[in-house]
Amino acid sequence: MKVLVAVKRVVDFNVKVRVKADGTGVETANVKMSMNPFDEIAVEEAMRLKEAGTASEIVVVSCGAQACQETLRTALAIGADRAILVESAAELQPLAVAKLLKAVVQKESPKLVILGKQAIDDDSNQTGQMLAALLGWPQATFASKLKIDGEKAQVTREVDGGLETVSIKLPAVVTTDLRLNEPRYVTLPNIMKAKKKTLEVLKPEALGVDVSPRLSTLKVIEPSKRKAGVKVADIKALVEKLRNEAKVI
Amino acid sequence: MAVLVLAEHDNKTVKKATLNTVAAAQKLGSEIHVLIAGHQAGEAAKAAAQIAGVKKVLQADAPHLGEFLAENMAALVVSLAKTYSHVLAPATSNGKNVMPRVAALLDVQQVSDISGIESADTFVRPIYAGNALATVKSKDPIKVITVRTTAFDAVPASGGSATIENVAAPADSGLSAFVSREVSKSERPELTAAKIIVSGGRGMGSGENFTKVLEPLADRLGAAMGASRAAVDAGFVPNDWQVGQTGKIVAPDLYVAVGISGAIQHLAGMKDSRVIVAINKDEEAPIFQVADFGVVGDLFQLVPSLVEELKK
Repeated sequence: MKVLVAVKRVVDFNVKVRVKADGTGVETANVKMSMNPFDEIAVEEAMRLKEAGTASEIVVVSCGAQACQETLRTALAIGADRAILVESAAELQPLAVAKLLKAVVQKESPKLVILGKQAIDDDSNQTGQMLAALLGWPQATFASKLKIDGEKAQVTREVDGGLETVSIKLPAVVTTDLRLNEPRYVTLPNIMKAKKKTLEVLKPEALGVDVSPRLSTLKVIEPSKRKAGVKVADIKALVEKLRNEAKVI
Repeated sequence: MAVLVLAEHDNKTVKKATLNTVAAAQKLGSEIHVLIAGHQAGEAAKAAAQIAGVKKVLQADAPHLGEFLAENMAALVVSLAKTYSHVLAPATSNGKNVMPRVAALLDVQQVSDISGIESADTFVRPIYAGNALATVKSKDPIKVITVRTTAFDAVPASGGSATIENVAAPADSGLSAFVSREVSKSERPELTAAKIIVSGGRGMGSGENFTKVLEPLADRLGAAMGASRAAVDAGFVPNDWQVGQTGKIVAPDLYVAVGISGAIQHLAGMKDSRVIVAINKDEEAPIFQVADFGVVGDLFQLVPSLVEELKK
């Protein structure tokens, strides 16, 4: 079966982001960008399905600026077969991305779409669920285990109270949680090979999707900082502070 | 127009997250209706009718709603949403699972995890693991919202006298089925509702040490137990203990971080706690930058002596 994986280019998780002085957003110029960590897990999961003989082809898709090609090349270096960039310089919000992915899914007819559960930039946690809704497909979010069983998938999900297992009919959308797998490192030979793989570029207009944003950002500010407290000498002093100063115990 | 709140419940009782969400709904200044979608959830509906400030409880009861599957839940919410100005749910794993599906079916851009309400169409939400706060304005006719529960003080669970109205549930989608659930059983308070949390990190070294060293402290304080991602990834404790950007967001009165270095994604989940205590052997650990009280030293000596000191 064909598996489609959606990936997003985000500020690297190790970067300490800075709010722009004019309050319009977060500084992204000259900042290291990487594949969203949850999406890396999604690509890895697709690879494992392929290595197990379950998946026949892996198509990676990204929506965004031209620079997303880099992110797609990384996914190709992990082992995806080909890539599609839906190129747009505009701000793409989750609903717009879900609509673009729906159009790509209708072109490609995969049996499974895997996405990260959330992107670590806007922390929205929406795109997978929205894509499933627009396609009328079932969804299994926050997956920590995925088993394909003929025309169904059995997915264990990380939920508030522990773990929950659902069975979903294919085609379906799955979003990844942290413990689904540990992504492999890309090797130099695979980076070289990735350069030769196909990367197709599409435009939102060609897919007939209106991507105009529904939310406008009025301002972005830094949250009020917590004042660093004091280091106390020993446990006795700590308990004294907690009892008499903070009065929390 | 009224505001609809999708309740978090277990068919018997209403979870505290619902009370925080009703508190957020109150800031919108309209009549509040609460939806109890479940199976044999009469008790939960009665409890919801007691919540202060709630005017009406809608109860949808069907076997295929009993496990809160996103496909069936979203179809139900969409069937009701058109007469509301706002649909709110807590940003719990259920809320996060169901609401984007609702939003997409209504052709609405959801506003996730709001921590503030400026007006009926303008909301504040954390981005980049809480390292920035964005104020966003929605143009959509219906606002679909998930609420960061720690940002809104719960309304009282009693004092209200809402009417309960039955609503019909759309048929089972048949797309998904519930198989099983592994619930972590614990006598302790729920992590997101606890007043005190004792949390352990990689420095704990093993799951056994959580039991031997940290549990006595949690017992002493009547605290819930949490963990950093590193401790969960290492397999020391189950996934639902994880506090952080992608785990649970907590804001107890007292948060005791033991052997936790304080990675950005962990701080994102607990920095709104009222008082933070850090115990760590590395005095340079970033956790000390947010801690009100820090003790530098070996946790395997400090934690047992803390338990002893608390007995005095």
